[in-house]
Amino acid sequence: MSDSSTPVVVTQQPTAAVGLPIRVSAGQIFREFLVIGATSFGGGVVAYLRHSLVAKRRWVEDKEFVELLAISQTLPGLNATNMAILVGDRLRGALGAFTAICGICLPGALLMYVVAIVYAAHGDHPLVTAALKGVAAAAVGLVLATSVQLGKKSLSNAYDLVFVALTVLGVNRLHQSVLTVLAVVGIAAILWYRPRRPPANSEKT
Amino acid sequence: MNQIPALLRVFGYLSLLTVGGGMAAFPEMKTLTVDVHHWMTFAQLVHLYSVGQMAPGPNMMMIVAIGEWVAGLLGAVVVLLAFFGPTACLALGTGRLWKRLESWPWRSSIQRGLAPVSIGLLLAGCFTLAKGAIFGLETATIAVAVLLILLQYNINPALLVLAAAIIGALSFAAG
Repeated sequence: MSDSSTPVVVTQQPTAAVGLPIRVSAGQIFREFLVIGATSFGGGVVAYLRHSLVAKRRWVEDKEFVELLAISQTLPGLNATNMAILVGDRLRGALGAFTAICGICLPGALLMYVVAIVYAAHGDHPLVTAALKGVAAAAVGLVLATSVQLGKKSLSNAYDLVFVALTVLGVNRLHQSVLTVLAVVGIAAILWYRPRRPPANSEKT
Repeated sequence: MNQIPALLRVFGYLSLLTVGGGMAAFPEMKTLTVDVHHWMTFAQLVHLYSVGQMAPGPNMMMIVAIGEWVAGLLGAVVVLLAFFGPTACLALGTGRLWKRLESWPWRSSIQRGLAPVSIGLLLAGCFTLAKGAIFGLETATIAVAVLLILLQYNINPALLVLAAAIIGALSFAAG
């Protein structure tokens, strides 16, 4: 609600005013997310986002970043693009969100567009097939490592392991659609962790 | 035949399954793109997904390759919009509502409950990928080696994938 006629001199630390997002132009947002989109090799885009947005630019505070990450992880959608939307929106509304997601997707999209054309032309070359065999095997190891690392962080008891197992069985053994498994196991897990009433007085003794 | 409506449907649907990450949608992506629509073989899908792991940015940009494959530039654009549009709108809306949801007791139940399920979906996607990527001792060794190295050392995974490409080219091409 700051009136533009009263000159507020901001000398340093643009993020000093807590809760007041600093003004960032859509162009700046696009450029920053474009750089992240072009340099974040090897997955783990979230780490790149944090480095860039929290440490380097100070557009978001660390606490808010963690909070936005929690939203990203709960919603469908990739963490990277959900974060782009949420941070972009915080910085400059819907336009900021739009430019952020465009920026972060553009480099990878262009690259994969070229890959599709090259793969169509040379994908059956024996040397390419052999290399891709190695790449695919490595990708399995990579995704497994991600699962283990995430699991260590967010699984805290035996019931969690049951939900993990039920999900895997539903998709890989029972060959149910991901949607069905998500609906059945997801809702069961949410109900399992349903809100509980704070302990009543009688339990105090 | 015009595949654009099918691309729109398939990738719009897949986007809603990506709870906890893009890999969650992989089993369904295999069913729809390979078994139902016959846009590619399972091997091709596995290849594109794996190469996509080396690309920077959000880790499901390989969908662009599927779109290009099926319907050229228009296909690529349609797939991008279908895959990122719905979840982007959802994130925008939820992000704005989030503060108000703070007092809603189910908010933390949903977060808590979906955490193990999203890891299960990630693993399920990984096992589906493995069916098209692990064929014997050599490929299994590469996968286990990458897993152990990543758990042990803080190394950029893209470098490992690149190394696996070279190892693959050197060892599998001869045999």
